[in-house]
Amino acid sequence: MPGVLELEKPLTPQPADTAIEKVLDSYEAKVFKNRKKHMVSVDHTLDTPQEIAANVRTIPGMLTHRGCCYAGCKGVVLGPIKDALTIVHGPIGCSFYTWGTRRHKGRSDAGELNLVPYCFSTDMRETDIVFGGEKKLFKAIEEGLELFGDPKPSAVFICSTCPVGLIGDDINAVAARAEEAFGVKTVAFSCEGYKGVSQSAGHHIANNQLIRRVIGEVDEPPKTKFSLNILGEYNIGGDSWETERLLKRCGIEVVSVMTGDGSITEIERAHMADLNIVQCHRSINYIAEMMHDQYATPWLKVNFVGIQATIKSLRQIAEYYGDAELTQRVEEVIADELADIQEDLDYLKERLSGKTAALYVGGSRSHHYQQLLRDFGVGTVIAGYEFAHRDDYEGREVIPDIKIDADSKNIESLELGPVEGKYRLRFPEAKLDELKSNIDSFEYYEGMIKEMPNATLMIDDLNHFETEEFIRLLKPDVFFSGIKDRYVLQKSGVASRQLHSYDYQGPYAGFKGAINFGNDLLMCLYTPIWEMITPPWRSEPVLTGTIGGE
Amino acid sequence: MLDATPRDKVYERTALVSNPCKTCQPVGALYAALGVHKTMPHSHGSQGCAAFHRMFLTRHFKEPAMASTSAFTEGASVFGGGANLKTAVRNVFDVYDADMIAVHTTCLSETIGDDLHAFISDMDIPDGKRVIYANTPSYVGSHITGFSSMAAAFIDHLAEKSGKPSGKLVVVPGYVNPGDVRELKDYLGEFGIKYTMLPDVSDVMDSPMTGTFELFPKGGTPIEEVVATGDAAYLLALGSWASAACANALKRKHDVDNRVLDTPIGVAATDEWVMALSKFASSPVPAAIEVQRGQLIDCMLDVHQYLDGKRVAIAGDPDIVIGLTAFALECGLVPAYVITGTPGGGFEERITALLEQYNLVDKCWVKSEADYFELHQRIIQQPVDLLLGPSLFKQIAKAEDIPLVRAGFPIIDRYVHPYQPIVGYRGALRLLEAMSNAILDRQDRDCNDEDLEFVM
Repeated sequence: MPGVLELEKPLTPQPADTAIEKVLDSYEAKVFKNRKKHMVSVDHTLDTPQEIAANVRTIPGMLTHRGCCYAGCKGVVLGPIKDALTIVHGPIGCSFYTWGTRRHKGRSDAGELNLVPYCFSTDMRETDIVFGGEKKLFKAIEEGLELFGDPKPSAVFICSTCPVGLIGDDINAVAARAEEAFGVKTVAFSCEGYKGVSQSAGHHIANNQLIRRVIGEVDEPPKTKFSLNILGEYNIGGDSWETERLLKRCGIEVVSVMTGDGSITEIERAHMADLNIVQCHRSINYIAEMMHDQYATPWLKVNFVGIQATIKSLRQIAEYYGDAELTQRVEEVIADELADIQEDLDYLKERLSGKTAALYVGGSRSHHYQQLLRDFGVGTVIAGYEFAHRDDYEGREVIPDIKIDADSKNIESLELGPVEGKYRLRFPEAKLDELKSNIDSFEYYEGMIKEMPNATLMIDDLNHFETEEFIRLLKPDVFFSGIKDRYVLQKSGVASRQLHSYDYQGPYAGFKGAINFGNDLLMCLYTPIWEMITPPWRSEPVLTGTIGGE
Repeated sequence: MLDATPRDKVYERTALVSNPCKTCQPVGALYAALGVHKTMPHSHGSQGCAAFHRMFLTRHFKEPAMASTSAFTEGASVFGGGANLKTAVRNVFDVYDADMIAVHTTCLSETIGDDLHAFISDMDIPDGKRVIYANTPSYVGSHITGFSSMAAAFIDHLAEKSGKPSGKLVVVPGYVNPGDVRELKDYLGEFGIKYTMLPDVSDVMDSPMTGTFELFPKGGTPIEEVVATGDAAYLLALGSWASAACANALKRKHDVDNRVLDTPIGVAATDEWVMALSKFASSPVPAAIEVQRGQLIDCMLDVHQYLDGKRVAIAGDPDIVIGLTAFALECGLVPAYVITGTPGGGFEERITALLEQYNLVDKCWVKSEADYFELHQRIIQQPVDLLLGPSLFKQIAKAEDIPLVRAGFPIIDRYVHPYQPIVGYRGALRLLEAMSNAILDRQDRDCNDEDLEFVM
């Protein structure tokens, strides 16, 4: 077991609020005041709901884990789309870092275009910065379309990086010219890294352009009765494939996935589906809302990470369609999948129950994985998000109260009305109202806090200092986070697993995925290597005294 | 794999880069700064810059790569990042207790024209602490240029001449792994030379598991040693792309003479390194080093029949690729394609000069500022037997079913490699083993049952 060496640690973990105080105490006044608002010791006994500061600027120099707007737009939302030629307009680095490293798996049938293994950049040089890069960008699009002539990309996406916005390259104008010249839909995403306060701004920018230029373009109806889109599922480690497998077993047609293993040809007809299910609320709730406004598509917040969460999600989807046959099939699939994993689940529960976890991931997983951990009897001591908003912590009911600051104001928020001829109520108003009151995730996300037990900690934009302090004070058995602190934690003697990349394993979604996750967790907690950290000569005397030269 | 790549011909491109063989300056500057003790690398740009660079270095080294950021917002991009930098510097000293902050710029802060010199001059820096900087716009050079700029910045900002010669040799190891730095130190130790390694990533990016995390591990060039380089007797820079700027800076500032050698990969380049040390130390080459050389030559002779005439494609960073190409030629391999992504510095001329020694100029396509997309297209037209370079070769290896031997940066899909050298005679021995194993494994895999050689 990890942590055995840390004899200087307190023998029992500190209470949550004491831990917060101790951590904050090290800060000077300004930082103290700022960081205090990002830390909540969960207490459901209070009269008023607790509030957390989120989606606001990071203090420079604190060793934040946050990324940038470009990472959210290109890296997260657009990256997985297979049949788009996504050209990053900027110096080489930004494109390089989103090449093949996020594990959004994509596969295509023969004859279909799959550009996921590639990265494309205009590789801007000093002269482009001085004289402008529009010509080079146009030429790059031309060259890209020449390379991939058959099959052609379904669209060209242009993503801008920091200097592009600063020198004033008009990527929208280039996109329009290219679309006219080459006859391929060309969409510009102004996702310069300095916009917003984290990856989150980039999600929003990507959402806006997908709704403007891609969704609703092709009116090809679904083939079967029960159809839906999976939103906010990026197929990390094959999660989307496992989710789709379950849905298909139940007899549900997946029209499109946004955007894991996704394609423009599917997303263009997303408005024809009868339901949107939202896995990652943070990165894609805008599309769910906008499709609701434009096409009357209802959405459900689901979670296919965790066994109970998966069961609940499947049942709520069935309840939405309200079809007896479907409901029965869903129950059969649940029973069958459960029976399949029961033996493994019992074993894992026995080995893992009673352990404690810390989770610090992007904007949804810290919540989702608490549900999965609970299936194994693993409790949470601390959970936080890198780039979530208050609604991801506190629930969508706080959205009207969220103060719009200067950083958020710069990110366009679209107000969209019904699209003529395509706005189609899936049920009569009265039935929709009934669904709303019966299904708790119907067009609603409750946030993370409601499921966190009293005296656990919720921390926003956790920095390196706080990570070190909280593991010392709260002694979690395992810390789930990302690559940047993966080895910090391991070197501290705390078991750690990456929840962005799953440490190159997975899938973790659904019933079978839960078992994969449980096995990986078990392995990292119980690998015999933890026992070897202290050399034997540190605990056993090697040198024994001798008398008189014997 | 890479099914979309056209197989009919090689397409000419001038504007679009696909699957690049380089990344941007700041990541190299960050890496160099990790090689000075108790120094916090600082990225003066968007949060994403630091996040990507830390991610990427961690993926290569499987070690934490700590760095802070100015966390630019849109406001800072308009009004300048001075206030952000000031706050960052205060917090890094206050919360993380670094002795020095090594700031590097980004395309963002360079485009808006942030004046780092003015910002830092205006700051209240606590006694005994230092803030230095390097200009590393992402739209110039590559990660190698960034490494080189930060290595030179240490000299520009810190090196002093006390007037009392230290007699020390300064060694600038280049953009290599901690395992390489350790190997170089072994040579210096064999000769008994007093030296300063700058930067020194050993004991930083290969730190041991003890159960306690150290934000600033015990390694890294001590800052006072960097300061004292002005009193050094001589400087040896290994790899002109990554290290020459540092050598020039010390010559310019304190008139310390230098010699820029190739990164000592392979026999001849290591011989040069050894002779340079021998000359500096005014002592003969220690027997132990000569034994290592003899063992390498022995093994090269033993295995030469399997390597001779095999075609190899080599990619990566200039200093490393020059070394790998030289060693491949020494082993009898035929470099068929040699590329780097980093611009400038006469790369093609250097490779051509190596090929000339073996009369192989017309057998090889050499290009700087090249990308893996074009290299793949060329390999499709005329295949090779072996790929030698970073993990970025992996897709081509799978698409064309060619064995890959990993060397250089980045290697993000294998473990342990940063602890092992490719420099020196032992590093060459390791490369020789990897290359010959790859070719022999392939022969075993592909041959008929009756042709399977029990002994090879």
